[in-house]
Amino acid sequence: MIDLALKNVSKRFGGLLAVDKLDVEVPKGKILSLIGPNGAGKTTVFNMITGVYPPSEGTISYQGKKLNNLRSNRIIRHGIARTFQNIRLFKSMTVLENVQVGMHCRTKSGAFRALLNTPFAIREEKEIIEKSMETLEFLGLADHHNEYASNLAYGDQRRLEIARAVATRPEMLLLDEPAAGMNPSETAELMDLILKLRDTGLTIFLVEHDMRLVMGISEMVVVLDHGHKIAQGEPKEIQQNEKVIEAYLGTKVKAKA
Amino acid sequence: MKQGSEMGNGEFKKFIIYSLFLGVLILPMVGFPGTHFEAKRAFIVWGVFVGVLALGMLNQVVRQSSIYQKTLGGPQSFNRRVTKQFQKIPVRHWTLILLAAVAVYPLLANNYMVDVGITCLIYIVLGLGLNIVVGLAGLLDLGYIAFYAVGAYTYSLLNLHFGMSFWLCLPIGILLGAILGCVIGYPTLRMRGDYLAIVTMGFGEIIRLVLNNWDSLTKGPNGLLGMAKPSIMYPAFSNSGLEWATYSLKSLHALYYFILLIAVLTVIGVRRLDQSRIGRAWVAIREDEVAAELSGVPTTWLKLLAYAMGAAFASVAGAFFAAKLSYTNPNFFIFMESCIVLCIVVLGGAGSIPGVILAGVLLIAVPEVFRELQDYRMFAFGLAMAVMMVLRPEGLIPATRRKLGLSDIETDTIGELEESYQAVDSRT
Repeated sequence: MIDLALKNVSKRFGGLLAVDKLDVEVPKGKILSLIGPNGAGKTTVFNMITGVYPPSEGTISYQGKKLNNLRSNRIIRHGIARTFQNIRLFKSMTVLENVQVGMHCRTKSGAFRALLNTPFAIREEKEIIEKSMETLEFLGLADHHNEYASNLAYGDQRRLEIARAVATRPEMLLLDEPAAGMNPSETAELMDLILKLRDTGLTIFLVEHDMRLVMGISEMVVVLDHGHKIAQGEPKEIQQNEKVIEAYLGTKVKAKA
Repeated sequence: MKQGSEMGNGEFKKFIIYSLFLGVLILPMVGFPGTHFEAKRAFIVWGVFVGVLALGMLNQVVRQSSIYQKTLGGPQSFNRRVTKQFQKIPVRHWTLILLAAVAVYPLLANNYMVDVGITCLIYIVLGLGLNIVVGLAGLLDLGYIAFYAVGAYTYSLLNLHFGMSFWLCLPIGILLGAILGCVIGYPTLRMRGDYLAIVTMGFGEIIRLVLNNWDSLTKGPNGLLGMAKPSIMYPAFSNSGLEWATYSLKSLHALYYFILLIAVLTVIGVRRLDQSRIGRAWVAIREDEVAAELSGVPTTWLKLLAYAMGAAFASVAGAFFAAKLSYTNPNFFIFMESCIVLCIVVLGGAGSIPGVILAGVLLIAVPEVFRELQDYRMFAFGLAMAVMMVLRPEGLIPATRRKLGLSDIETDTIGELEESYQAVDSRT
């Protein structure tokens, strides 16, 4: 079953064509990776899916619903969550609070309930704390729940970003270079974590440069170069693909000349 | 030993530079009350400032010296032990002590002091309201006093024209303030920082100018006069049995306790908002708006809500202010007032409730104490702000986020997490 479908999606920034007529289908419950050299338009694809900006052409649909022109917070409510290439935590908030913010879209108490401190608000707040702690436990951050996000170690900050995304209770998780800046052992841990998340039923859509990670866990890989899709297939096929090798390393002809 | 003298030298250099800087600042400002330079006057003021500076520096040198560290400043020293004992007293007790002191205050003070107290409390309410907008949601608002004006004029007009009571006007004023908050909030939603500040400043001035020039409604710069004081009804026995009697809050003391009640309710309200789901979302917007939106927070709606809530509190303060004076005119709502309220929030520590309260008292009461120094008041005010921002850039009492005690958490297993996920799956 196809969860997320991009059909004929293009994005123009002035004269620059960042993404050109891209077709991608993400099957439910699988891990799909989007790779490509720097500036290929990978993050642009994520930004279009999550409504940071609308696509110039084409449609993005999720479980049959069209996402174009929806506000980001509505898209998150539909069940898509994401992390960022550069860590974007709420630095002066505690680890627990960061996750609690993620639960905002699944809870209801408004300003009046908060002002009057109604039983509903109290009950909901307790629930938020419990569920957030569960999420932190799942990601192995429970011990740090009272620390400020800015004080966490780098790897933990990356995991907290995932925790915040998971707290929105998504069905699909977009990870934008989660292994950036990690050492090999941290990357190995991250690999296990992504597989564990997939096993809870999440669909994973991954943008990553670390090829060991991509080839190790992806079920399908899509390769972008200058906004074009140049290849798509299982990791093994991609590794053999001439066009991909060319995009990453340059052509043989040029090398000879 | 060598280390100590080097440090002393460094401090001495700093002292010379700072006092010269003060001299450049103070001598011309104080020395020219008229057209002639009055050397005596200028040098005395400079001398006082340099003296204070010297004492401060000396204090630092002594504190860092090895002898002091061994005796008075050590880990088991008297100072440390006293601080430790104080820290053992829970926050709740401090709050009670503070409340008791504030409640007893008017009984011990003269009318003038009670009046200053009332002004302080009004500004604390304003500061706490602006704290929602600036401190929590991180939206710089330089026209906040406009909502104070809205509250004051709503009550004045409704009371004068329709004879409506204070209690009836209060919710109307709150509603109007909140609506206006959204009106100013809406066009500024896409702006940040500097631009937002300029637009809100313009909005504040528009409100003041409208009040100033709409003669037929607001009587322009002459202002409105003769509003009734708020009154409370209470059951009382009289010759004809049980009746409702009216008590008008006319005396200064009654007004003091009334605004104290408003302030306490404001503190409770803002605190509850701060620690709620809404407050967290506001802080998230302040920290990183894009990340907040992409974590599922409807940032547009929450920013409007922040403006509306802030405006509602200002409106309450405004209605009280108009009722207390039985008079209002547009000159109460000049740009300088917005600045003072903003100073209270920034000086106290954006987002920090105790900070705002402390700064409210400092910025309103302390200038009253030094009223005789007239000419130097604004100078001292500016200097204090500058020094504060250098020494404590996060405010007098920096904001902290609430941390959980162990009792708040029940440990859980991954199995339960999966269950909750399944529950969500079946719901959607």
